[in-house]
Amino acid sequence: MVTIMFYLMAVIALGSALYVAGSSNLVRSVFMFFITLFALAGLYVLSLADFVAVTQVVVYVGGILVLILFAFMLSGRENLEGAKQEQNRLLSVSKLPAILLAVAFFIVLTNIFLKARPDDGGWIRQAIAEQNVMTPKNISINSLGVNLMTNYLLPFEAISILLLMALVGSAHLSRKEDTA
Amino acid sequence: MIITLTHYLLVSAGLFSIGIYIVLSKQNSIQVLIGVEMMLNAAILNLVAFGKFDKVNNAGQTFALFAIVLAAASTAVALAIVLNVYRRHQTIDPGKINQLKD
Repeated sequence: MVTIMFYLMAVIALGSALYVAGSSNLVRSVFMFFITLFALAGLYVLSLADFVAVTQVVVYVGGILVLILFAFMLSGRENLEGAKQEQNRLLSVSKLPAILLAVAFFIVLTNIFLKARPDDGGWIRQAIAEQNVMTPKNISINSLGVNLMTNYLLPFEAISILLLMALVGSAHLSRKEDTA
Repeated sequence: MIITLTHYLLVSAGLFSIGIYIVLSKQNSIQVLIGVEMMLNAAILNLVAFGKFDKVNNAGQTFALFAIVLAAASTAVALAIVLNVYRRHQTIDPGKINQLKD
Protein backbone atom coordinates (compact mmCIF):
# COMPACT_ATOMS: atom_id res chain seq x y z
CA MET A 1 0.00 0.00 0.00
CA VAL A 2 2.74 2.42 1.00
CA THR A 3 4.69 1.35 -2.06
CA ILE A 4 1.77 2.10 -4.35
CA MET A 5 1.27 5.49 -2.69
CA PHE A 6 4.96 6.29 -3.05
CA TYR A 7 5.01 5.48 -6.75
CA LEU A 8 1.77 7.39 -7.31
CA MET A 9 3.14 10.50 -5.59
CA ALA A 10 6.50 10.24 -7.34
CA VAL A 11 4.87 9.89 -10.76
CA ILE A 12 2.53 12.82 -10.08
CA ALA A 13 5.40 15.01 -8.85
CA LEU A 14 7.74 14.23 -11.72
CA GLY A 15 4.99 14.35 -14.35
CA SER A 16 3.66 17.72 -13.28
CA ALA A 17 7.24 19.02 -13.01
CA LEU A 18 7.81 17.92 -16.60
CA TYR A 19 4.61 19.67 -17.60
CA VAL A 20 5.85 22.86 -15.94
CA ALA A 21 9.06 22.53 -17.93
CA GLY A 22 7.35 21.85 -21.23
CA SER A 23 4.15 23.86 -21.31
CA SER A 24 3.81 27.12 -23.16
CA ASN A 25 0.92 28.44 -21.10
CA LEU A 26 2.45 30.30 -18.17
CA VAL A 27 -0.57 30.36 -15.86
CA ARG A 28 -1.22 26.69 -16.43
CA SER A 29 2.39 25.89 -15.61
CA VAL A 30 2.07 27.76 -12.32
CA PHE A 31 -0.96 25.67 -11.41
CA MET A 32 0.88 22.48 -12.34
CA PHE A 33 3.67 23.57 -10.01
CA PHE A 34 0.93 23.69 -7.36
CA ILE A 35 0.31 19.98 -7.99
CA THR A 36 4.03 19.23 -7.81
CA LEU A 37 4.18 20.82 -4.37
CA PHE A 38 1.15 18.86 -3.16
CA ALA A 39 2.64 15.58 -4.36
CA LEU A 40 5.90 16.46 -2.61
CA ALA A 41 3.96 17.07 0.59
CA GLY A 42 2.54 13.57 0.16
CA LEU A 43 6.05 12.20 -0.19
CA TYR A 44 7.01 13.94 3.03
CA VAL A 45 4.11 12.27 4.80
CA LEU A 46 5.24 8.90 3.47
CA SER A 47 8.68 9.67 4.86
CA LEU A 48 7.06 10.20 8.30
CA ALA A 49 7.57 13.95 8.36
CA ASP A 50 3.97 15.07 8.74
CA PHE A 51 4.76 18.45 10.27
CA VAL A 52 7.10 19.31 7.42
CA ALA A 53 4.36 18.29 4.99
CA VAL A 54 1.83 20.60 6.64
CA THR A 55 4.36 23.43 6.63
CA GLN A 56 5.01 22.77 2.96
CA VAL A 57 1.32 23.08 2.17
CA VAL A 58 0.84 26.21 4.27
CA VAL A 59 4.00 28.07 3.26
CA TYR A 60 4.52 26.99 -0.34
CA VAL A 61 0.99 26.45 -1.58
CA GLY A 62 -0.60 29.14 0.54
CA GLY A 63 2.16 31.72 0.46
CA ILE A 64 4.64 31.40 -2.34
CA LEU A 65 2.25 30.38 -5.09
CA VAL A 66 -0.12 33.22 -4.32
CA LEU A 67 2.87 35.56 -4.46
CA ILE A 68 3.95 34.13 -7.80
CA LEU A 69 0.44 34.50 -9.22
CA PHE A 70 0.34 38.11 -8.00
CA ALA A 71 3.67 38.81 -9.67
CA PHE A 72 2.38 37.28 -12.90
CA MET A 73 -0.66 39.51 -12.90
CA LEU A 74 1.23 42.64 -11.87
CA SER A 75 3.97 42.22 -14.43
CA GLY A 76 1.71 42.94 -17.34
CA ARG A 77 -0.39 41.08 -19.79
CA GLU A 78 1.85 41.58 -22.78
CA ASN A 79 4.53 39.22 -21.59
CA LEU A 80 1.92 36.56 -20.97
CA GLU A 81 0.75 36.87 -24.55
CA GLY A 82 4.23 37.33 -25.95
CA ALA A 83 5.37 34.13 -24.35
CA LYS A 84 2.36 32.36 -25.74
CA GLN A 85 3.22 33.28 -29.31
CA GLU A 86 6.77 32.04 -29.34
CA GLN A 87 7.27 28.39 -30.12
CA ASN A 88 7.85 26.93 -26.70
CA ARG A 89 8.28 23.27 -27.47
CA LEU A 90 10.37 21.03 -25.26
CA LEU A 91 12.74 20.12 -28.07
CA SER A 92 14.20 22.99 -30.03
CA VAL A 93 17.72 23.96 -30.93
CA SER A 94 17.93 26.90 -28.56
CA LYS A 95 17.03 24.68 -25.63
CA LEU A 96 19.62 22.03 -26.47
CA PRO A 97 22.26 23.24 -23.99
CA ALA A 98 19.71 23.29 -21.17
CA ILE A 99 18.54 19.78 -22.01
CA LEU A 100 22.11 18.51 -22.24
CA LEU A 101 23.05 20.00 -18.89
CA ALA A 102 19.89 18.70 -17.18
CA VAL A 103 20.40 15.18 -18.56
CA ALA A 104 24.07 15.23 -17.58
CA PHE A 105 23.13 16.31 -14.06
CA PHE A 106 20.54 13.56 -13.85
CA ILE A 107 23.02 10.89 -14.99
CA VAL A 108 25.67 12.08 -12.54
CA LEU A 109 23.23 12.26 -9.62
CA THR A 110 21.69 8.85 -10.27
CA ASN A 111 25.15 7.33 -10.64
CA ILE A 112 26.22 8.79 -7.33
CA PHE A 113 23.04 7.71 -5.56
CA LEU A 114 23.15 4.17 -6.93
CA LYS A 115 26.83 3.71 -6.19
CA ALA A 116 26.85 5.31 -2.75
CA ARG A 117 24.25 2.80 -1.49
CA PRO A 118 22.90 5.06 1.25
CA ASP A 119 20.72 2.30 2.64
CA ASP A 120 23.44 0.10 4.04
CA GLY A 121 26.30 2.30 5.02
CA GLY A 122 27.68 4.48 7.76
CA TRP A 123 25.39 6.18 10.18
CA ILE A 124 22.20 4.81 8.59
CA ARG A 125 23.11 1.29 9.62
CA GLN A 126 24.16 2.58 13.03
CA ALA A 127 20.81 4.33 13.44
CA ILE A 128 18.97 1.14 12.53
CA ALA A 129 21.07 -0.81 15.03
CA GLU A 130 20.35 1.73 17.76
CA GLN A 131 16.61 1.76 17.03
CA ASN A 132 16.90 5.43 16.13
CA VAL A 133 14.56 5.07 13.15
CA MET A 134 11.12 6.65 13.08
CA THR A 135 8.23 4.26 12.91
CA PRO A 136 4.70 5.17 11.85
CA LYS A 137 3.61 4.77 15.48
CA ASN A 138 5.77 7.38 17.14
CA ILE A 139 4.66 11.01 17.21
CA SER A 140 7.42 13.13 15.80
CA ILE A 141 5.94 16.57 16.44
CA ASN A 142 6.60 16.30 20.17
CA SER A 143 10.34 15.81 19.90
CA LEU A 144 10.45 18.21 16.95
CA GLY A 145 9.08 21.01 19.10
CA VAL A 146 11.40 20.24 21.99
CA ASN A 147 14.41 20.08 19.69
CA LEU A 148 13.48 23.33 17.98
CA MET A 149 13.48 25.12 21.32
CA THR A 150 16.65 23.49 22.71
CA ASN A 151 19.15 22.11 20.21
CA TYR A 152 18.30 24.35 17.30
CA LEU A 153 17.40 27.54 19.12
CA LEU A 154 20.24 29.59 17.61
CA PRO A 155 19.40 28.83 13.95
CA PHE A 156 15.74 29.38 14.80
CA GLU A 157 16.44 32.89 16.10
CA ALA A 158 18.79 33.63 13.21
CA ILE A 159 16.05 32.67 10.77
CA SER A 160 13.54 34.87 12.54
CA ILE A 161 15.88 37.85 12.17
CA LEU A 162 16.47 36.97 8.52
CA LEU A 163 12.72 36.80 7.92
CA LEU A 164 12.30 40.24 9.43
CA MET A 165 15.08 41.56 7.18
CA ALA A 166 13.50 39.99 4.10
CA LEU A 167 10.13 41.48 5.03
CA VAL A 168 11.52 44.99 5.45
CA GLY A 169 13.66 44.62 2.32
CA SER A 170 10.84 43.49 0.06
CA ALA A 171 8.52 46.17 1.39
CA HIS A 172 11.22 48.75 0.68
CA LEU A 173 11.84 47.40 -2.82
CA SER A 174 8.22 47.37 -3.89
CA ARG A 175 7.55 50.93 -2.72
CA LYS A 176 6.59 53.66 -5.16
CA GLU A 177 9.52 55.59 -6.59
CA ASP A 178 8.64 59.20 -5.76
CA THR A 179 8.18 58.68 -2.02
CA ALA A 180 11.84 57.70 -1.60
CA MET B 1 9.13 -4.23 -2.49
CA ILE B 2 9.90 -1.85 0.31
CA ILE B 3 10.59 1.82 -0.26
CA THR B 4 14.20 2.61 0.57
CA LEU B 5 16.23 5.76 0.80
CA THR B 6 17.47 5.33 -2.77
CA HIS B 7 13.96 5.74 -4.16
CA TYR B 8 13.59 9.12 -2.50
CA LEU B 9 17.03 10.17 -3.72
CA LEU B 10 16.18 9.21 -7.29
CA VAL B 11 12.93 11.20 -7.22
CA SER B 12 14.79 14.21 -5.91
CA ALA B 13 17.47 13.79 -8.60
CA GLY B 14 14.74 13.93 -11.23
CA LEU B 15 13.16 17.02 -9.71
CA PHE B 16 16.55 18.72 -9.47
CA SER B 17 17.32 18.05 -13.14
CA ILE B 18 13.92 19.35 -14.24
CA GLY B 19 14.52 22.45 -12.12
CA ILE B 20 17.88 23.03 -13.80
CA TYR B 21 16.25 22.70 -17.20
CA ILE B 22 13.58 25.25 -16.27
CA VAL B 23 16.15 27.72 -14.91
CA LEU B 24 18.27 27.50 -18.04
CA SER B 25 15.64 27.48 -20.75
CA LYS B 26 12.79 29.78 -19.71
CA GLN B 27 12.59 33.37 -20.89
CA ASN B 28 10.54 34.70 -18.03
CA SER B 29 12.17 35.44 -14.72
CA ILE B 30 9.14 34.24 -12.76
CA GLN B 31 9.45 30.85 -14.41
CA VAL B 32 13.15 30.85 -13.59
CA LEU B 33 12.08 31.43 -9.99
CA ILE B 34 9.76 28.42 -10.20
CA GLY B 35 12.73 26.33 -11.35
CA VAL B 36 14.76 27.50 -8.37
CA GLU B 37 11.90 26.55 -6.06
CA MET B 38 11.77 23.12 -7.64
CA MET B 39 15.48 22.57 -7.00
CA LEU B 40 15.00 23.72 -3.40
CA ASN B 41 12.19 21.23 -3.02
CA ALA B 42 14.41 18.43 -4.29
CA ALA B 43 16.92 19.32 -1.57
CA ILE B 44 14.19 19.42 1.07
CA LEU B 45 13.00 15.98 -0.03
CA ASN B 46 16.51 14.65 0.59
CA LEU B 47 16.63 16.25 4.03
CA VAL B 48 13.29 14.74 4.99
CA ALA B 49 14.17 11.30 3.63
CA PHE B 50 17.38 11.18 5.65
CA GLY B 51 15.65 12.68 8.65
CA LYS B 52 13.67 9.48 9.04
CA PHE B 53 16.80 7.89 10.50
CA ASP B 54 17.20 10.45 13.27
CA LYS B 55 14.42 9.98 15.76
CA VAL B 56 16.17 11.60 18.72
CA ASN B 57 17.55 14.81 17.26
CA ASN B 58 15.18 15.40 14.31
CA ALA B 59 17.99 17.15 12.47
CA GLY B 60 16.71 16.44 8.98
CA GLN B 61 13.15 17.60 9.61
CA THR B 62 14.26 20.71 11.50
CA PHE B 63 16.54 21.83 8.71
CA ALA B 64 13.86 21.02 6.17
CA LEU B 65 11.63 23.48 8.04
CA PHE B 66 14.41 26.08 8.02
CA ALA B 67 14.93 25.55 4.28
CA ILE B 68 11.21 26.06 3.60
CA VAL B 69 11.21 29.32 5.57
CA LEU B 70 14.37 30.52 3.79
CA ALA B 71 12.81 29.71 0.42
CA ALA B 72 9.73 31.75 1.33
CA ALA B 73 11.81 34.75 2.37
CA SER B 74 13.98 34.63 -0.74
CA THR B 75 10.93 34.32 -2.98
CA ALA B 76 9.35 37.42 -1.48
CA VAL B 77 12.48 39.47 -2.11
CA ALA B 78 12.96 38.04 -5.60
CA LEU B 79 9.40 38.86 -6.62
CA ALA B 80 9.77 42.42 -5.33
CA ILE B 81 12.90 42.74 -7.48
CA VAL B 82 11.08 41.29 -10.48
CA LEU B 83 8.28 43.83 -10.13
CA ASN B 84 10.81 46.66 -9.87
CA VAL B 85 12.64 45.44 -12.96
CA TYR B 86 9.35 45.27 -14.84
CA ARG B 87 8.54 48.83 -13.84
CA ARG B 88 11.87 50.09 -15.24
CA HIS B 89 12.41 47.95 -18.32
CA GLN B 90 8.85 46.86 -19.23
CA THR B 91 10.12 43.31 -19.60
CA ILE B 92 11.10 40.46 -17.29
CA ASP B 93 13.06 38.44 -19.82
CA PRO B 94 16.42 37.86 -18.11
CA GLY B 95 18.13 37.79 -21.51
CA LYS B 96 17.04 41.32 -22.36
CA ILE B 97 17.91 43.05 -19.12
CA ASN B 98 21.52 44.01 -19.66
CA GLN B 99 22.24 47.12 -17.64
CA LEU B 100 22.66 47.75 -13.97
CA LYS B 101 22.31 51.52 -13.84
CA ASP B 102 19.18 53.54 -14.57
